[in-house]
Amino acid sequence: MALLKISNLHAKVNDKEVIKGLNIEINYGEVHTVMGPNGAGKTTLANLIMGNPKYEITAGEILFDGKNIIGMPVNERAQLGIFQSFQYPEEIPGVTVRNFLKLAYDTIHPNEKMSIFDFGDMLIKMSDQLKIDRSFLDRYINVGFSGGERKKSEILQLNILKPKLAVLDETDSGLDIDALKVVAEGINNVIGPDIGILLITHYQRILDYVKPHFVHVFIDGKIVKTGGPEVAKELEIEGYESFVV
Amino acid sequence: MSKNMKTFEEVNYIVKSAPGFNKKLIEEISLSKREPDWMKELRLKSLEFFLKRPNPNFGVDISKLDINEIIPYLKPNAKKSASWDEVPEEIKDTFEKLGIPEAEKKVLAGVGAQYDSEVVYQNIKRQLSKLGVIFLDMETAVREYPEIVKKYFMHAVPPNDHKFAALHGAVWSGGSFVYVPENVEVPMPLQAYFMMASPGMGQFEHTLIIVDRGAKLHFIEGCSAPKYSVSNLHSGMVEIYVEEGATMRYSTIQNWSKNTYNLNTKRAIVGKDATMVWVSGSIGSAKTMLYPASILKGKGARAEHMNITYAGSGQHLDTGSKVIHLAPYTSSKVDARSISSDGGWAFYRGLLKVSKLAHHVKSSIECSALMMDNRSASDTVPIIEVMNNEADIGHEARIGRIKEEQIYYLMSRGLSEDDAKALIVRGFMAPIVKQLPLEYAIEFNRLVSMNFKSNLG
Repeated sequence: MALLKISNLHAKVNDKEVIKGLNIEINYGEVHTVMGPNGAGKTTLANLIMGNPKYEITAGEILFDGKNIIGMPVNERAQLGIFQSFQYPEEIPGVTVRNFLKLAYDTIHPNEKMSIFDFGDMLIKMSDQLKIDRSFLDRYINVGFSGGERKKSEILQLNILKPKLAVLDETDSGLDIDALKVVAEGINNVIGPDIGILLITHYQRILDYVKPHFVHVFIDGKIVKTGGPEVAKELEIEGYESFVV
Repeated sequence: MSKNMKTFEEVNYIVKSAPGFNKKLIEEISLSKREPDWMKELRLKSLEFFLKRPNPNFGVDISKLDINEIIPYLKPNAKKSASWDEVPEEIKDTFEKLGIPEAEKKVLAGVGAQYDSEVVYQNIKRQLSKLGVIFLDMETAVREYPEIVKKYFMHAVPPNDHKFAALHGAVWSGGSFVYVPENVEVPMPLQAYFMMASPGMGQFEHTLIIVDRGAKLHFIEGCSAPKYSVSNLHSGMVEIYVEEGATMRYSTIQNWSKNTYNLNTKRAIVGKDATMVWVSGSIGSAKTMLYPASILKGKGARAEHMNITYAGSGQHLDTGSKVIHLAPYTSSKVDARSISSDGGWAFYRGLLKVSKLAHHVKSSIECSALMMDNRSASDTVPIIEVMNNEADIGHEARIGRIKEEQIYYLMSRGLSEDDAKALIVRGFMAPIVKQLPLEYAIEFNRLVSMNFKSNLG
């Protein structure tokens, strides 16, 4: 059974149709890249999978582990194992990354009952591994974070929360080469048989570091071409224009 | 805001047709407390002021406040407490949820005998007397230390300061008296709680604190669990004198039951190079007016005001701070935050005055308000009067709503909508709540969670 199966999805934002008949299927262990120009609806796709109430689905199906999740609240989807990383994650003043992640972890993995000390150890280990300064853990969520720090924080969360499906929205945008490598390493770190990854990006750049199994070209609310990594190369040379029908 | 900006009219609803509120009653009170004459005179003078003065022309609506309702509780030997059966279900329920021990519940509800703090208190008393610290209930202090009390009592806030100061002067009862001798650092925070001598007390308590030169004290007033009283007016007063080089920290949690008018006056006079810190949390009462004041009288005096106000359904909490810079090189910092939810109304009212002689003053004022929904209201009225050109004043005010995007972000990490809201509010309050004593901070957070039906502990 597919981890995620989206069939004939149509969706509106502010009464404007943005997703126009989208199909995609992701299995455990696979890395998929969705590439598309600005305004194609890439971020909308991420929000639809996570369940952002701002978007209205007008037709189609989203099956997660075989179960239709349309209409399911955002937090329940997170508890099922869906994770969205954000291009511009929100600031939450007064709440430390550490406390927030412990709460989130306990909600998503209710049976583990990890002690606060073991959890702290895990956080430190992961920060070190991802070359994220430990002081990060005791700062307020995204408050005063640089663009790169925000992205690293999202990737740290991905590594800690261990979702089944990671939808990574423009995780590579606005990063210098060193930060890009850290983020890519953080993604590679979670790739494995228990997770499916949907990497949404505008640029081919990150694919030098993260190797997808499938590349989808996404234009005007639809996937217009699917193939292997060679599709990304093709895009780099020809641009999105060649795919516009 | 029009509601709030009444013109000066001689309104005096509170005493209309209250023949029982007279000289005879006040004399009876004084007699029953075996007070010296000067205190009786002070009460009578206050009564005169009270009867003459108009209601405040700003703040909360007190047109429904009726002095007749409190007279029975002022009389000596009056039944000051309700029976447990009369305590509203809502309050009992909250005690239950907060897990308050049985004996303590009854004190908080104003029905039981005193919470058994005697043992703890005796211990502290021994330590304090070794240091020369005087810590007594106010009434005993009037009898045992008349010369100190007379010198300071209602000098920071004279009876004619405003109508409720006058009422307080006339009927005050209970409260704490603390004197810390020169250069003594009191090693533990002193709690007003120990001084609750009898049930039903604390309506008009007077707290008088003198921190002598170079001494240090942390005083904690109140209790984060809701306090119920049959009488619905609380009008306490706190007077603090921080002498040269001394440091005083005063922490309060106000959580009166939602039937209460809480009209309080708190003022500190801060001497040369001395420091005054006010940390105030207001969550209870129907209507509150509370603006702790620091009068920076000595050169180099400092004041810090940290204030958190949480106005929920049916509440109008009008809180703020006053800082008066009278001397050069004085500095102050105000951080006031408020939350309004479920139709609550949080009003920040601030006054900063810098006198002509107070050159090289530094002051920063920050007030932020968070509104949880469209039914709730928030206002900010900071008044700044600077009378000289050599002052460095910073001011920042923010009123905002909780953002849908923040809630979505937290929910995408598994938190329920209620938990997400509670977490955002806790984060907003955190810089102030962190300043409260630990057990109060925990309870404050728990109360927020309860209001959002959140499971966050």
